[in-house]
Amino acid sequence: MSIQIKNIRIIDPLTKTDKIGDIFIEKGKIVSKLSQVPSKVIDGKNKIAVPGLIDIHSHLREPGQEEKETIATGTRSACKGGITTVFCMPNTKPVTDNAPSVEYILMKSQKEGKVNVFPIGCITKNSQGEELAEIGILKKAGIVAVSDDGLPVNNSQIMRRALEYTKMFSIPVIAHCEDKELSKNGVMNAGKNSMILGLRGIPNQSEEIMVARDIMLSELTAGHLHIAHVSTAGSVELVRQAKKKGLSVTCETCPHYFSLTDDAVKTYDTNYKMNPPLRRQEDVDAIKEGLADGTIDCIATDHAPHTFEDKNKEFDLAPFGIIGFETLLSLVLNELVDKKVLSLQDAIAKMTINPAKIFSLKQRGTLSVGSIADITIIDTEYNYEYKKEDILSKSKNSPFIGRKFKGGAVITIVGGKIAWSKKDGIIN
Amino acid sequence: MPFNRKDLLGLQDLDKKEIQTIIDSVKPFKSLFTRSIKKAPALVGKTVVNLFYEPSTRTRTSFEIAAKRLSADVVNIATATSSIVKGESLIDTGKTLEAMKADIIIIRHSLAGSPEILAKNLNASIINAGDGFHEHPTQGLLDLYTIYEKKKKIEGLKILLVGDILHSRVAKSNIWALTKMGAKLRVAGPPTLIPKNITDLGVEVFYDLDEAIKGVDVVNILRIQMERQQENLFPSVHEYVELYQVTSERLANAKPDVLIMHPGPMNRGIEISSSVADSTSAVINEQVTNGIAVRMAVLYLLAAARTKQGKKHVNTN
Repeated sequence: MSIQIKNIRIIDPLTKTDKIGDIFIEKGKIVSKLSQVPSKVIDGKNKIAVPGLIDIHSHLREPGQEEKETIATGTRSACKGGITTVFCMPNTKPVTDNAPSVEYILMKSQKEGKVNVFPIGCITKNSQGEELAEIGILKKAGIVAVSDDGLPVNNSQIMRRALEYTKMFSIPVIAHCEDKELSKNGVMNAGKNSMILGLRGIPNQSEEIMVARDIMLSELTAGHLHIAHVSTAGSVELVRQAKKKGLSVTCETCPHYFSLTDDAVKTYDTNYKMNPPLRRQEDVDAIKEGLADGTIDCIATDHAPHTFEDKNKEFDLAPFGIIGFETLLSLVLNELVDKKVLSLQDAIAKMTINPAKIFSLKQRGTLSVGSIADITIIDTEYNYEYKKEDILSKSKNSPFIGRKFKGGAVITIVGGKIAWSKKDGIIN
Repeated sequence: MPFNRKDLLGLQDLDKKEIQTIIDSVKPFKSLFTRSIKKAPALVGKTVVNLFYEPSTRTRTSFEIAAKRLSADVVNIATATSSIVKGESLIDTGKTLEAMKADIIIIRHSLAGSPEILAKNLNASIINAGDGFHEHPTQGLLDLYTIYEKKKKIEGLKILLVGDILHSRVAKSNIWALTKMGAKLRVAGPPTLIPKNITDLGVEVFYDLDEAIKGVDVVNILRIQMERQQENLFPSVHEYVELYQVTSERLANAKPDVLIMHPGPMNRGIEISSSVADSTSAVINEQVTNGIAVRMAVLYLLAAARTKQGKKHVNTN
């Protein structure tokens, strides 16, 4: 199959390209010209082609919690959101702390997935924070990073060893930064709203103390630390200083941390319950500043599906987490690009070339000739309402249902094949 | 001023006029108490369910008596004997009660927001009888009524809440209601038991009880729970008593006609000395009596609002 995308605005952050032109795809790669007549021509007029989006933080729930999501449904949801590559966190059941689990995910993705799936392995055995997992074996099996996401590595010595040991594999340690004693029983941001609602709060410092510790351990070891889901002004500042020092520290934030504040929790709606929690406006502003000045490298979803039954409960009892694949791009466009926080080029970089560089993904995150043909086609004039019945994820736990968006993905090309289009839906 | 609500979830939601409407409705119900027949027919044929997920004697009994004095059919559900122990969810329990045609459900729950969940999922009227650290609106109203009855006004009064403000739904409901009615609120306790954003609600914070008590019209003393000490929120009961027990000596600095209140149950000799609890300034038993009248008023107003909405519903069809 060969595809020609004609007269499209091409944005490729790696080469700082922003021009109108054609893209040629053959044998799954981007080529400079086709060797034959294209089997498919896409009219790119008034559309934008960007490298396929890479979401470095998600929970596909398979194996073990298939009632929430599967690799099949999760990757379809990603595909609809213009995402061509997802990293999946290892807190499956069983956890991904062994090679067969990694192989299972890769095999299932090959068979049933619609986008590229790269597993993340555990830092410690059973994510218990006590002994290092067999990271070398996991790496051979195909992981791109290690993380005990959902849990911090409490023991500083073990975190130190993880940062040291992973250096030989050149993979980052993704840290879920949380001082569990400070956040104990907390279910939302600590502040005026938690006081009024009578819910236990999670202070910003619960995140920041661990961000500070992990940065210091990265300094000690020269290991590559990647901080997951940064949500507070203090964390942004700590990472900014670490980068100034030249440490090997990178980080991500999620769309909800630049789109919502803890004011949204007011009705005890559990679709606003996630960890870290929604913070105050000052934090939202600081996240945007961190995105603008390059302190925050990536935007990831932390896609965390939960069933209606899981979420339709007392706020304290409902699990943390929201889905995010299908709203990532539109939230970035509307909250960051339209509001002039980031240029379109810089916004796209945080979901393409930046993750590709941080996690050493070869031939991805760019539209350069020779790279894998993962491409997202965006229509910035595509107006739509995000409706529950349109969600492809198995779970519908999103705080953005009912929101009207301007701009989103209209075609997703994975490995040189059209995997989804607004017109035809998922293409098999 | 009509009262047009389906539920009573908290006093944060009520405006001054609505609070005044409730307060104005209490007196006729209270006057029933001195008659030989203490019943009114206002809720004949209505079913009121007490759904208590937390142990409670005072509040549950108070609601039960209030509903019975209004001639309602009252059902009490204690969680230990119900299907809740078999794992039924809050919403399903609520739906089951609604299928049995409960008109009003009174819920007490250890988790904040539980009444709101029921209110969202059911057509029955929901009354919050205390949810976690959130609110206890009828307690707030009965405290307000008791002050109003004694002082004939609320506006301008200096009212002090002493103790564990952080974990107190009673404090929260008191603050919302009393500040809306124009009182000047103070809270006193150790910083570990006072949320740092409480000043956003327009109250003044004191760590020194002797300072706080100066010139106040009302002292409302909150129960201190022993498990807070295990959470290291204060070092020992001994030290708490030393710093925050309300004693006759400390009260010498309050107004001479100060009212002493306590939502109960009291820990005599801990947050309150026995001499204070039994003094002529104490209105603790009157709070209990007023509690019934206030709850009757609330039940009556919600039932009346239901009837009105029911009629409207018929008319529009």
